Amino acid sequence: MKIKETDVAIVGAGSAGLSAAYQAASAGAKVLVLDENRLPGGQLFKQIHKFFGSRAHQAGTRGYMIGRQLLERVEQSGAEVWLDTLVYGMEKNCHLGVIRNGEHWVVKAKKVIVATGAKENYLAFPGSTLPGVMGAGAAQTMINVNRVLPGQRILMLGSGNVGLIVSYQLMQAGADVVALVDAAPNIGGYGVHAGKIRRAGVPFYISHTIKQVTGKDQVEQVEIIQVDSKFQPIPGTEKTFDVDTVCLAVGLNPMTELIWMTGCEFCFIPAFGGHVPLHDGNMETSVPGLYVAGDVTGVEEASSAMEEGNLAGVAAAEALGLLSPEEAAAKKGEIRGRLDILRSGLFGEKRRSAKQSQLQNMADYQQKKGGSL
Amino acid sequence: MGEELIICRCQEVTEKEILDAIADGATTVDGVKRRTRACMGLCQGKTCGRLVQSMVARQTGQNPADVPPQKSRMPARPVKIGTFGGPEDV
Repeated sequence: MKIKETDVAIVGAGSAGLSAAYQAASAGAKVLVLDENRLPGGQLFKQIHKFFGSRAHQAGTRGYMIGRQLLERVEQSGAEVWLDTLVYGMEKNCHLGVIRNGEHWVVKAKKVIVATGAKENYLAFPGSTLPGVMGAGAAQTMINVNRVLPGQRILMLGSGNVGLIVSYQLMQAGADVVALVDAAPNIGGYGVHAGKIRRAGVPFYISHTIKQVTGKDQVEQVEIIQVDSKFQPIPGTEKTFDVDTVCLAVGLNPMTELIWMTGCEFCFIPAFGGHVPLHDGNMETSVPGLYVAGDVTGVEEASSAMEEGNLAGVAAAEALGLLSPEEAAAKKGEIRGRLDILRSGLFGEKRRSAKQSQLQNMADYQQKKGGSL
Repeated sequence: MGEELIICRCQEVTEKEILDAIADGATTVDGVKRRTRACMGLCQGKTCGRLVQSMVARQTGQNPADVPPQKSRMPARPVKIGTFGGPEDV
C-alpha cells in the first residue's frame, strides 16, 4: 500500500470535477483528480450537440469543445490527473481507497471534492434482460465515443432531453428510430430537440409505456401499450414494432455510494433523482472538509455541474487559506450569479426550488447540531 | 408475469422473490438484500437498487424519503482480492 498526500483530492474528472480542479489548482492548491475512465471529461465528450443558455455558459458551443477547453485549462493549472484509477471507498476521515495500475493507494487530502456524477435509471419489464435493451446514455457512449452503432432499428423510451438528443444522434449515426415513447402525457424535453425528431418523421407515443420485449436470443420485437392518467395500462391499445434495440431514457440518479460511507447527512428530493447529500452554499457537506459538486448533489445538467465545481474549488482553496475571504467572496459571487441564471426560466425554476430546499435542509441540520452541542 | 420478471440482474432475483421478502418482514432495502441477495452482485445494486427501494416503499406504505438505498460499503467497485492481499492471496 502506498500513501499519497495532497491538498485537494477530487473524485471524478467530469464537468464538475475538472472545474473544481482548475479553480483549486489556480489558487495554488496541490490537486489530485481521480477518475476510473481512460479519458477525462465525464459526459462532456459525448455531447456533440450545441449547449443552451447564455453566452457566459458558451451557448451554441458543442459539448465536446467545452470539454477540450476545460481540459486545457486544467492541464495548465498544474492539477495532477490520475486516469484508469478506481476509488473503491472513503473512510469517515475522508481518506480515499484507490487502485491504480493494480496498486493499492491511500489518498490523504486536506479537502475532498466528490464529483462522481449520476447513473442511469433502470426499468424492469418482461424481456428487459434481453441483449439489446440498454440505457440511452450507454447507446450515446457507443455511438459518440466508441463509434459503434448499437442497432439498426431502435425504440426510445423517455422523451426528456436525454431521450430526444440521443434519438437524434442515433439517427445521425445511421440508425432508424422507429418510435419515441413516454408514459407522461407530454414530451419532457425542449421543444427544439423534439421538433428536429418530429420533422424527421419519428412518431411520438405519449401516454404509452413498454409492455414487453420479446426475442429469442436478443431483442426482436417491442410491444407498447397506452396508459391512463394514473399510468395504468389500457388493454387493447397494444402496438408492436420490429426492433433490435430498446433504449431507456428514464432519468438518472446521483452516484452517492462514496458519500454515504462517510456518514454524511442526506435528504430526499425527487426532482434531483432521490436521496442527495446535504451541502451548504460552499458545497461543503455535513462532513467537515468533504465537498460535493455536479450531478452527485442532484441531477441537473453540465453547465450547472461546471459552476458547482467552480464553487467547490474556490471554497476549498479558501478553506486552505490560499484565497483571502475577499478574493473568494468575489469569485463565489460571480459563480452564484451564473448558477442563478442557469436555474431560472421554465425548466430551471424546478431545479432552483429543489436546490433551495437542499440548502435549507443543511441550514436546519447545522442549527440542530449547533443547538445540541 | 411477476414470477418471471427479473429485478436484480446480477443475482437473478425475481419480482416475486422481492415481494415475498417484504411479506416476510423486510422494511428496508437491506432487509430485502439479506433475504434475497438482490443488490449483492457485481454492480452492488447500482442497477436494481432504485427498483427495490420503490417496491419496499410501495409495499410497506412508507414515504420514499424514509427508504434509503442499501448500505454503502467498500469496495464500491469490483476489485481483485489480490490487490489488497498481495500476489500470494490471488
